Amino acid sequence: MMTSTPRSRCGEGATSAISFANVSKHYGSSTVLRDVSMAISAGECVGLLGPNGAGKTTMFKLMLGLITPDEGSVTVAGATPSAAAFCKVKTGIGYLPENVVFDGGISGRAMLGFYGRLKGVRQNACDDLIELVGLTAAASRPVRTYSKGMRQRLGLAQALIGDPGVLFFDEPTTGLDPTSRRQFFSLLKEQRSRGTTIIMSSHALAEVEAQMKRFAILKHGRLRAFGTLDDLKKLAGLETRIRLTVSPGSANRVADHFDGHVRLSYVNEKSVHLSCLDSTKMFVMRELATLEEQIEDVEVCAPQLDDLFAHFMAQGEGA
Amino acid sequence: MNGFLAIARKEFEDGLRNRWVLTSILLLGGLALVVASVGTAPVGTVAGTTLATTVASLASLSVYLVPLIALMLSHDAIVGEYERGTLLLLLAYPVTRAQIQFGKFAGHLAILALALTLGYGAAGAVLALTTETSTEDFVSLARLVLTSVLLGAVFLSLGYAVSAFVRERASGIGAAFGIWLVVVVLYDLALIGILVADTNGVVDAGLLSALMLVNPADSFRIANLAALDSSYVGLGTTAMANASAAWIATGALAAWVIVSAAVAFGLFRRYEL
Repeated sequence: MMTSTPRSRCGEGATSAISFANVSKHYGSSTVLRDVSMAISAGECVGLLGPNGAGKTTMFKLMLGLITPDEGSVTVAGATPSAAAFCKVKTGIGYLPENVVFDGGISGRAMLGFYGRLKGVRQNACDDLIELVGLTAAASRPVRTYSKGMRQRLGLAQALIGDPGVLFFDEPTTGLDPTSRRQFFSLLKEQRSRGTTIIMSSHALAEVEAQMKRFAILKHGRLRAFGTLDDLKKLAGLETRIRLTVSPGSANRVADHFDGHVRLSYVNEKSVHLSCLDSTKMFVMRELATLEEQIEDVEVCAPQLDDLFAHFMAQGEGA
Repeated sequence: MNGFLAIARKEFEDGLRNRWVLTSILLLGGLALVVASVGTAPVGTVAGTTLATTVASLASLSVYLVPLIALMLSHDAIVGEYERGTLLLLLAYPVTRAQIQFGKFAGHLAILALALTLGYGAAGAVLALTTETSTEDFVSLARLVLTSVLLGAVFLSLGYAVSAFVRERASGIGAAFGIWLVVVVLYDLALIGILVADTNGVVDAGLLSALMLVNPADSFRIANLAALDSSYVGLGTTAMANASAAWIATGALAAWVIVSAAVAFGLFRRYEL
């Protein structure tokens, strides 16, 4: 099993574990990343969000030195990924690519053993990882007999080889059933608690919101927003929705009470829906206390990551 | 070093698992034993079966077979991994592109060397037990195995070059077959054509030798057949029929190994993911 012994790990001690400075990448006439700048501290967990083709996988490739930026610079653990010396840094990086593929004829155990040897990790440590992802019973079977979820779990095990200090997960929960997803997030939580720097891309926004600390939202290769959920809420200026269930006959009175202070989005005999910015939310709450007799129930819906994502995706649409 | 050894080991184990090693041993061993039993017939003469005649016959046949096996092993080494999606993950590990290419090279060459040694060695052992065999004959057999490994090494690297040049596996197969056809078959036909058309004697023996040395398949022929009795020697190899020519040709083959590996690495280094 994995140990939680603190030790020197990739990216530790660096002010910024990962940084992008005005990075652009082109493939022929197509630009996949445009002037992206961001800095991620050691031990931070960042969700990389964006629709297909937004440039997320390109960012992973840049961070691994698999491609070089056409403009700007990328550093990971203080080193330039495209430099020859970065090879050593990669010992401390784990990567789970989108749609991970393995040689189908080899057993899961042999496959992990091979990747372990590339990092100088022994077979018994790889066997522990197989156990960690729950593949011990299938370890001797050829990978071609594995289900998609099992291959993904094997991919997760290979990413954890050598106890890396930096983890790159590109769509890690694709193909996982609910139980495996829970196991994955439990492993992720353990890695977070151990100070591992994690960059994870995913379309499952609710999952990312719960697991990551900051979020980078990409669209057409541009970084639309980068920050914590609160930062993004402020940046987007999205309103909190408050749904009130009112006692019979008092809907208009409650609506009139708030009219002019907040936006009324819906009123009928039993319900009043309000929308307000974070700055007026406390005012609304205090006013609701004065209307205690007319109000039967209150439901507060703060903007979620998927609301913010939709907002930033819509921003500049058609531009 | 970890990366190089791990990749070499994996390629060799893959060869064992997918029967490449066994197939190559059976193919080359079967061929060698058949040649040993039919004497010099494959090179168009009739003589008693000895190790020397078998080496001459095998050299004439190996020049077609060994490049083909090498290209089959290597033509998808890079593009195959790229197409399957495993190259991306492999390069995310602390392993350099040089370690990947030369690790694959070492693994594939080990498969080829094992098949050649066991296959041709079996024929040598049978003939040594059943006919009169001199030390020179064993030297010729050893030279055949060594130069066959060198020839295989050249075509392995040419296969990697093809594999690092194309973006689809199917294109790699086509390009590898094209290389085999041009280098092994058409080049000699073109030389014959030039000699036939050269009524003014522009192509002298020196130029002909040079033209043969720049082709790895012909270098292989010269390396093996130049030192042998001319009665065993086949097409177009009499121009350099002496023992020193054998060493020059072996040197040319070794140079080809280096050049082809460098070309392949140059292409692989620029391979975009």
